[in-house]
Amino acid sequence: MAEQNTAQKTNAQPHNTEVGVIDAPPHPKAFPPLDPNHFAPQIIWLAITFALLYALMSRVALPRIGEVIEERRDRIQRDIDAAEALKGETERAIRDYEQSLSDARNKASGIAKETHEKLAAETDAKRKESDAAVNATIAAAEDRIAEMKKKALSNVSEIATDTTSAIVAKLIGETVSASEVKKHL
Amino acid sequence: MPDPIHQFEIKRLIPIELFGFDATFTNSALFMVLAVVVVSAFLILSMQGRSLVPTRMQSLSEVMYEFVAGMMRDTMGQGHDEGHGHGHGHDYMKFFPLVFTIFIFILTLNMFGMIPGFFTSTSHLAVTAGLALLVFVTVLILGFTKNGFGFFKLFVPSGVPLVILPLVVAIEIISFLSRPVSHSVRLFANMLAGHITLKVFAGFIIMLLGAGGAYGILSILPLTMATAMTALEFLVAFLQAYVFAILTCMYLNDALHPGH
Repeated sequence: MAEQNTAQKTNAQPHNTEVGVIDAPPHPKAFPPLDPNHFAPQIIWLAITFALLYALMSRVALPRIGEVIEERRDRIQRDIDAAEALKGETERAIRDYEQSLSDARNKASGIAKETHEKLAAETDAKRKESDAAVNATIAAAEDRIAEMKKKALSNVSEIATDTTSAIVAKLIGETVSASEVKKHL
Repeated sequence: MPDPIHQFEIKRLIPIELFGFDATFTNSALFMVLAVVVVSAFLILSMQGRSLVPTRMQSLSEVMYEFVAGMMRDTMGQGHDEGHGHGHGHDYMKFFPLVFTIFIFILTLNMFGMIPGFFTSTSHLAVTAGLALLVFVTVLILGFTKNGFGFFKLFVPSGVPLVILPLVVAIEIISFLSRPVSHSVRLFANMLAGHITLKVFAGFIIMLLGAGGAYGILSILPLTMATAMTALEFLVAFLQAYVFAILTCMYLNDALHPGH
């Protein structure tokens, strides 16, 4: 301390600042932060103020702040829980909706398949029916053609006989009977 | 040059004598009372609304609350069922009001010191030693009531070879006993040194300006320093309150679980 005082004086003198002269302690004293004379009053007042502050903090201020924080945390938790419940509900609703949607889709495709099969069967039956009718017509037509062919062929031999006998009659002047011609043919 | 020690002088405002003790109301006591008034008024009035969506002041109170609660959880919550949320219901939360009061009291006194003309009560050894002794005595009482002689396990670290155990125990005891000294001197010395440094640099500015001429221009150097130091001192004011509180937490944790 004494050292510091002398240092201040040597510093202050060359410039002779007024501040230095006023502020310089009039006589050397103990370094105030370590002066035992001030210990008792400071410790006593520290005890008084600290006890008072502790009482105010622990009884009034801190429970109040803690309560508000706790309440907010509970409220947020409640809201989160509610939101989660709602989310679950929404998900269930979505699942239900999708379930019924896929049900409907399955049902629709079932109906479509059934209809398709029914129509196909009907078409098939109709086709078979018409096939049979066509075949019958074809068969009848073929029969008729064969008959006509046979008839035509028999007509041909008659014509040939007639022609031959006519030619013979012309050539040899003799009438030849049809049976005669047929014999030579 | 202004005396850098002048700011630490105790002024006896109202002489009081209590049971033969000198209980004079000094400027140091005045600022301690002021700290109690300011802290209590702020914390109580800001919570007046108790609103779910906090106002600015209310959220500041809540931030301080959560800050100290988090500090205690970090230093004292180890090894317990963590993830328990807020730490309510833990045995160490009994000491939350004590740690909070210590932290907010020191922080306020330190910050008062940053206001020009205000007295810094924490720059006096009597105040910091009083607080450190409060913690020390609390730790002793708590340690022995909670663990009985098991509290001595604190001085016997596990896994130390038997040969050097006596030496380690001696060191542990000495370090335990020197805790209140380091605890109080750290805060006191930081506040004292910071304020002296600020005052010295401020004195240089006045000296250089007083010298006039070219010296006046030079005064910009200590001004820059003083400005930077002021910012640093705000940090130190907060940090030392934090360090004091966190050491309190660690010492209390030792008393609760000496076996660690």
